[in-house]
Amino acid sequence: MTTDNSVMFQASSLNRRNEKVQGLYRILFGLMTLMLVTPVLLILGTLVAKGGGVISWEFLFTPPTDGMRTGGVLPALIGTVWLVMTALLLSVPIGIFAAIYLSEYAGDNWFTRTINLAIINLAGVPSIVHALFGLGAFVLFFGFGTSILAASLTLAVMTMPVVIVSTRESLQAVPQAFREACWNMGATRWQTIRRVVLPNSVTGILTGVILEVSRTAGETAPIMFTGAVFFTPFLPQSVLDQTMALSLHLFVAATQVPGIAEEVPYGIALVLIGLVLTMNSASIAFRMWLRGKKKW
Amino acid sequence: MVSQSTIERPAAAADVQTRGAAPRIKLAVKDLTISYGKAVALKEVNLEVREHEIFGIIGPANAGKTSFLKALNRMDVFTPGMRVNGDIEFNGRDTRHLNNIYALRSRIGVVFPLPVGLPMTVYDNVALSPRWRGITNKADLDVIVQRCLTRAALWDEVKDRLDALGSLLSGGQQQRLTIARALSQEPDLLMLDEFSIAVDPVTTMRIEDVLKELRKEVTIILVTNLVQQARRLADRTAFFLNSECVEIGVTEDLFTGEVKDRRTRDYVEGRFG
Repeated sequence: MTTDNSVMFQASSLNRRNEKVQGLYRILFGLMTLMLVTPVLLILGTLVAKGGGVISWEFLFTPPTDGMRTGGVLPALIGTVWLVMTALLLSVPIGIFAAIYLSEYAGDNWFTRTINLAIINLAGVPSIVHALFGLGAFVLFFGFGTSILAASLTLAVMTMPVVIVSTRESLQAVPQAFREACWNMGATRWQTIRRVVLPNSVTGILTGVILEVSRTAGETAPIMFTGAVFFTPFLPQSVLDQTMALSLHLFVAATQVPGIAEEVPYGIALVLIGLVLTMNSASIAFRMWLRGKKKW
Repeated sequence: MVSQSTIERPAAAADVQTRGAAPRIKLAVKDLTISYGKAVALKEVNLEVREHEIFGIIGPANAGKTSFLKALNRMDVFTPGMRVNGDIEFNGRDTRHLNNIYALRSRIGVVFPLPVGLPMTVYDNVALSPRWRGITNKADLDVIVQRCLTRAALWDEVKDRLDALGSLLSGGQQQRLTIARALSQEPDLLMLDEFSIAVDPVTTMRIEDVLKELRKEVTIILVTNLVQQARRLADRTAFFLNSECVEIGVTEDLFTGEVKDRRTRDYVEGRFG
């Protein structure tokens, strides 16, 4: 080794190799990201190219006619909004409260570990199994019949783990030191949660809700047996009514209706994605507004 | 100044105070043993803290100093696995069998090794505890906030940005904010746990001056790993080592007078640790 200054800052062969390796990894990670984005762009592109033509005010705001070959998607659009909103109303409060209990109150013992395991398993249950559960429990046992209520309850049970897990994660992300500072001042657990923990985890909780909206709106199997119908020209008047839903309508239009114009299913899919994006962008905007006030 | 009488403290808070004359002994600890599962953090500690003194606790890491403070504050309730045995009397009241631990904690201010500026404005950081005990009048809160920040030697630096986030102040400022927040509890007892670990020497000296002023009003327990800091501030000092309280005495005696245990002198003179 020499300490000659002229040599000191010259790249050694090891330096050059490290730099080359790091460059390769950078390209690899970049390519993976690109691969991730490609299907999204392809799907959206195809939908817009093939289905964009049928989108009009009339398509959005009239019921299907002529055995669903023509007309619009209004009952399905409204039905999906009903289903998503009712499911959110049922699962978000329960999910958030359960997550608060698990994260802030429950000790680490076999009981809570069992609950956590159950939540993870619930998230892994296939949606068709949830559908059969919903049929047995809500439609038949509780006697709600095939209705928005039964379908939303099924969707709520299915998406609850997402809300619980994401809420718990964002609660845990709040530094423990904040809690201890409050406890040491004589605050109860709830005062601490209310003033410090929740305000600083609300953006993360909203992310879970956004995920849930997307999943709920798109699910077909759970609602097929519990509340969504093939066709009805009527808009739902209460949660005890049956309804059409965009996801099921898309499935029906794509596979069950002979002689339908090819672009109609694409149009329905586009409406579904548009609806999800609209609902999400509202909560994303809210989240960005909150994040603008990010506290630490 | 808002006098005590205009501030209504919840009845529960008064619960901890003794009736009649203030006792000279603020805190009496008898046979205190703290353990986490099978690991013993502190063994059979007996000591008394007198009113209006600065009581120093020195000792290396893992000596049980922080666990000691947690036990005084009844934090064992919120700390899974922490077990506390023995008697602790605060203002003559047994705290081990207290119904309202929240009232106890609200009478004890705590400052941590690392500054904790809560993610809210400077103003809200200091107004938090008064609000929790029911003070909502803006004028009263303004007075309390200004008084506590002034006493913590922070007012001049933040008076123009009380709306700034407390968590975005510099480390030294956040530590003084933590002290101001502790003072906003109008504590009987102030416990500082190695407060100068993340603070520059100049700020440390300023806080030390603040503490010298504060002792007129509150009793202070000062846990420190800076032996000289204990010498500068503490009236009496206890030396904790390996989960034991090795020595308690007038601080200066630990440095120059008779000591019971040779390890005390070795530690304060820097021969180990």
